[in-house]
Amino acid sequence: MDRCDALRALLGALHVEDLALFTTGMISREAYGLRDRPENFYMMGSMGLLSSMGLGLALSLPGRRVVVVEGDGSALMSLGSLALIAQQSPPNFTHVVLDNEAYESTGNQPSISATIDLAAQASACGYRLVGRCLDLDSFTQLFAEHRASPGPSFLLAKVGGRASHGLARLDIAPPALKDRFRAAAGPGRASS
Amino acid sequence: MIPAKTFWSELKRRDFRFFSGVPCSILTEALEALPADPELTYVPAVREDVALGVASGATLAGRRSAILIQNSGLGHIVNPLTSYSLMYEVPILLIITWRGFQGKDAPEHLLMGDRMTGFLDLMGVPYAVLDDGNLASVLDRAVAAMDSSQKPFALLVKKGSIG
Repeated sequence: MDRCDALRALLGALHVEDLALFTTGMISREAYGLRDRPENFYMMGSMGLLSSMGLGLALSLPGRRVVVVEGDGSALMSLGSLALIAQQSPPNFTHVVLDNEAYESTGNQPSISATIDLAAQASACGYRLVGRCLDLDSFTQLFAEHRASPGPSFLLAKVGGRASHGLARLDIAPPALKDRFRAAAGPGRASS
Repeated sequence: MIPAKTFWSELKRRDFRFFSGVPCSILTEALEALPADPELTYVPAVREDVALGVASGATLAGRRSAILIQNSGLGHIVNPLTSYSLMYEVPILLIITWRGFQGKDAPEHLLMGDRMTGFLDLMGVPYAVLDDGNLASVLDRAVAAMDSSQKPFALLVKKGSIG
């Protein structure tokens, strides 16, 4: 499935109050271009940090669904965070890995996820719900299920598709993006 | 020596309620005194950068947060500090133990013990050293700096400071 189509489906399936975090590189740029919203956080630096940040958010805001969207490179960099997320086990945590088996934003160098099964890692760590999908229909269906089910859940989507070079970088200054997200996550906002 | 209970109560008084970290022997007594309070959350992180990530998530949720780490883990948080905390302006209290202080420690702690404040200076992270009698004043200073700059502040803890 095309990563852009998967991201579009994911963004369309989010509930209004869901907090969605996107990893550094193409995934953030693509999500920003497809459907920007105050409840989206785009990581511009610190590859690998996103899932632990999502864990802290989910533990602090048990009434909000937190959706972490990262790539295979980012997930591989933080396998230890998979263990901690499973051990802390926040039910409002949904983890999505868009796995293109490559470091696309640096020139498409291969990652090791072609032979290392990240879903099996999440399963071994103890995520409550783990899914895999190869096509857009199953991704759309599984994401809706994971979004609505007690987590932590982990959805591995094998993606490919056209190269995304030429995607614009985010034109929001990082502190302004953080302030906007913090206000959207803050007290007084709707909770599900 | 600062009693471990006082250490936590002074943090809580300033609304620090969410903590994550990786243990250090300098913090043994402090960590033993922690779990008694259900209002405080402590997430045992698998590495120092993960601690920073978890605590920063809590900060974005509107909670004042801190990490507790050994200075050997300072290297693990250099990129998260420079390309996340400092860049996005996400304040967090970094409680960092000072192994290798004045060259008296196991060999693996000597270089970092000697250069730690230099690393913090290079990154532009302000810091204060915890000493007998200054807990309240350094925490007030840390909170004021974090609130005004929206950036991290480091509190350096030497052996025997908390017990």
